[in-house]
Amino acid sequence: MNKRLFFIVPLLVFMVMAGYFAVGLTKDPRKLQNMLTGQPVPEFTLAGLQGRDDTGFKSADLIGDVTLVNVFGSWCVACRVEHPFLMALKQKNLVPIHAIDWREDDRSAGPLWLKKHGDPYTLAGDDPKSKAAISFGVTGAPETFLVDKKGIVRFKHIGPINQQLWQTTLKPLIALLRKESSS
Amino acid sequence: MRLFICLFMWTLLSTLPANAVNPNEILTDPALEARARDISKGLRCLVCQNQSIDDSDASLAKDLRVLVRERITAGDSNDQVVTYVVSRYGDFVLLKPPFNMATLVLWLGPLLLILGGLIAAILFFRKNKKITAPASAPLTEAEKMRVAELLAEDNQ
Repeated sequence: MNKRLFFIVPLLVFMVMAGYFAVGLTKDPRKLQNMLTGQPVPEFTLAGLQGRDDTGFKSADLIGDVTLVNVFGSWCVACRVEHPFLMALKQKNLVPIHAIDWREDDRSAGPLWLKKHGDPYTLAGDDPKSKAAISFGVTGAPETFLVDKKGIVRFKHIGPINQQLWQTTLKPLIALLRKESSS
Repeated sequence: MRLFICLFMWTLLSTLPANAVNPNEILTDPALEARARDISKGLRCLVCQNQSIDDSDASLAKDLRVLVRERITAGDSNDQVVTYVVSRYGDFVLLKPPFNMATLVLWLGPLLLILGGLIAAILFFRKNKKITAPASAPLTEAEKMRVAELLAEDNQ
């Protein structure tokens, strides 16, 4: 009996470890912990983009309404993919979308890009040195944050948002958050 | 000989990795700069993921290096800077995983495995001793007589 244990115990240990590794292999190590969900939006004050009416974009602007904050850059290929969907949201006036124009080398690059492809944003701020992006925990563009009336981040999406994500997650969540009181 | 040593050292030095830190990022106070380098070496570049921000040429890594230096200059302690970055990006940003509930198995697992192995080894060898012990049991009367017979035969 004891002798058999010598073979069974290592086998069991191996099987438990193999199980852990097998599950680990199915997980995406690039998926980061989401630190911001449930937290108030970080303090930030960004200058406006050239040629836009707004005077900039700051954290206080996010209080009072359910909004999307979209991180984009004219250099970002996936943002180009996402862009038509943001335009569609804007045309149907479904939710205000604000922008953090992230890491433009040239101050006119972002505004030119918006002029060329259309401007879906209500407010837009210029973030050349990642000041706001880092405080939002952004790792790549596009990233989108759903902010409630109190200015608390309720949902974060890495990568382009699309019709499917809108239908399954964003639309119902926005409807829910709109029912919440703003104080 | 001295020339040889010099050449050898020079070869070693020339194999050091090139620095990602741009000259214009470096702080004028060498003590603060040393602290910034120290912190940067422990922070993961979120773009390349297996490099520290100190090694990475990615633009986000550069902005993080600048942020680390700004915070140090503003009077933050090393811990405060690291805590801030972790509050934005999570424990994953630390190249050395912290010791907490989520990483308990990671830190203590190897120790447990070694202990388990030691215990198993001790038990195994102890038991083997017991198995070999009966083999050296004293000879029976019959055997003794047989041995005496054989020895007597030899002596003749």
